[in-house]
Amino acid sequence: MRTGLSSNWIDDLQQVLSFHFMLNALRAGSAVAVVAGALGYFVVLRRQSFAAHTLALIGFPGAAGATLVGWNPLVGFFGFCIGGALMIGALPVSGQTGSSSDGESSAVIGTVQAFALACGFLFVSLYKGFLSGLNSLLFGTITGITDEQVLSLFVAGAVCVIVLAAMARPLLFTSIDPAAAAAMGVPVRLISVGFLLLVGLAAAGTSQVTGSLLVFALLIAPAAAATKLTARPFVGVLLSIGIALGVTWAGECIAFFSPYPIGFWVTTLAFTVFLLANLYRGLADRYGAHNPHHRNRTHV
Amino acid sequence: MTSDVRPAVTMPSMTEPENLQTPVLSLTGVSASVGGRRIWSDVSLSVRPGEFVAVLGPNGVGKSTLLKVLLGLLPVNGGSVVVLGDRAGRKNARIGYLPQRRAFDASTRIRGVDVVRLGLDGDRWGLPLPGWLRGTKERVARERVDAVIELVGASAYAQRPIGQCSGGEQQRLLIAQALVRRPDVLLLDEPLDSLDVTNQASVSALVQRVCRTENVAVLLVAHDVNPILPYLDQVIYLAHGGALMGPPEQVITADTLTELYGTPIDVLRDRTGRLVVVGQPDAAAAHRSH
Repeated sequence: MRTGLSSNWIDDLQQVLSFHFMLNALRAGSAVAVVAGALGYFVVLRRQSFAAHTLALIGFPGAAGATLVGWNPLVGFFGFCIGGALMIGALPVSGQTGSSSDGESSAVIGTVQAFALACGFLFVSLYKGFLSGLNSLLFGTITGITDEQVLSLFVAGAVCVIVLAAMARPLLFTSIDPAAAAAMGVPVRLISVGFLLLVGLAAAGTSQVTGSLLVFALLIAPAAAATKLTARPFVGVLLSIGIALGVTWAGECIAFFSPYPIGFWVTTLAFTVFLLANLYRGLADRYGAHNPHHRNRTHV
Repeated sequence: MTSDVRPAVTMPSMTEPENLQTPVLSLTGVSASVGGRRIWSDVSLSVRPGEFVAVLGPNGVGKSTLLKVLLGLLPVNGGSVVVLGDRAGRKNARIGYLPQRRAFDASTRIRGVDVVRLGLDGDRWGLPLPGWLRGTKERVARERVDAVIELVGASAYAQRPIGQCSGGEQQRLLIAQALVRRPDVLLLDEPLDSLDVTNQASVSALVQRVCRTENVAVLLVAHDVNPILPYLDQVIYLAHGGALMGPPEQVITADTLTELYGTPIDVLRDRTGRLVVVGQPDAAAAHRSH
């Protein structure tokens, strides 16, 4: 199945696209990258990375449990991620500055996360002969994406993007300044729970491509890099989507030609972009117009 | 209450004609509780258009609670609250509110101008179209944002990420956010908290200038009365579960303050004749109130 690289990259690309499983992988990857990139921007802004990570991991026992009882793993992924989002959303809201680093609620989230992982492991042990499945549940797969999965990812992705676009401004407002937003009549609590639901959906979807453990590669790293590159919200979201798409496509193509798994490549590329973005920010702050000590320079 | 100051509603309306205008905010016999605990009761006060009013008092006495009551965010136990001629919460679009907050984290990478813009349309649902598709509307919005940033003197740093601005700069940008919709009332919850003395003075002067030029009634919650004292029209003191309102020269006296705080406080005059409050417990212990 694996074929070699030729010197002509157009030939290589045609070779990649000639396989139906690769087409499916790229389609699924694109849908996931757009959603994860856009939502990730707000996850980073709201400092909810830990909650997002937990939502991603909760998908694993869901999928393993569904497989155990003979259901489609998709049902488990989406069911558990959405349920987890509602649960975290029900936790008491933390302080008003937008930094949701509330010690107690992150302790609860951490406990739930450990329990979820343990349950997933139990389900996998009960379901004998599922070991290769365990690998792809946790670390993703390039070959196993079915037409049905692609369709479900497009539907879930479309829902996420439409809802996110509709609530973009109030979401930004509550992320930056929840108290002022509440005074202007923005339903802060509703938006917070709604956003977690979207993240749950996105985490379930992203898990199909990167596996539960590596969801962060697409949900956090591109957005974290984007916020280092621009302080404009709209540009930041677009940049985050662009980076997520780029690392997904590149990772999938490299995985096609290499013996190493897709999750590794996507994560490594995302990590590299994140490092480069940090390097750029460091240099720009030091020598460039962004320097806070250059009070008379106003450009960003 | 002390004998030399009467409750706010019965304060004489004095000489100037603007004092006869209908109040923008008025409370009559209002009580408020937070979490089942009665914070204050039977509070009556009124604020007229364009007045600069300070809300003062010891920690935990319910200064922020008063602002939340005015915004309709907290139900009251009794009495009536009239805000801009309507029930509290109905006219919030015409109120600029600056919540009590800590500074933006240094890693918050959103430009100051974006934070100000949220005050204009941050509550709108629907896809935010890019500027070139919205045409005139967008130009008007941008001009308003630029104008209000100019008004608070934040033009030099409005394009920088707000996390990289100093405390005073952030406070100016947040005041711009509260002002961007041309409100009739500005509610500022401890805007001087965590600022150094120079910035306290300049932000106080800014608030007074805005109050005069834009004819906005300002309610400013403060721990330390001294930076704002020269600019104030009225003072509301909350203490002992009640409130006292009047012009500064009547309320800010050694006897009144000593009784309100239950600790000896002196009111002195400096060489220029300005009042200075000495021994105020909250000036030193800058804790957060409710």
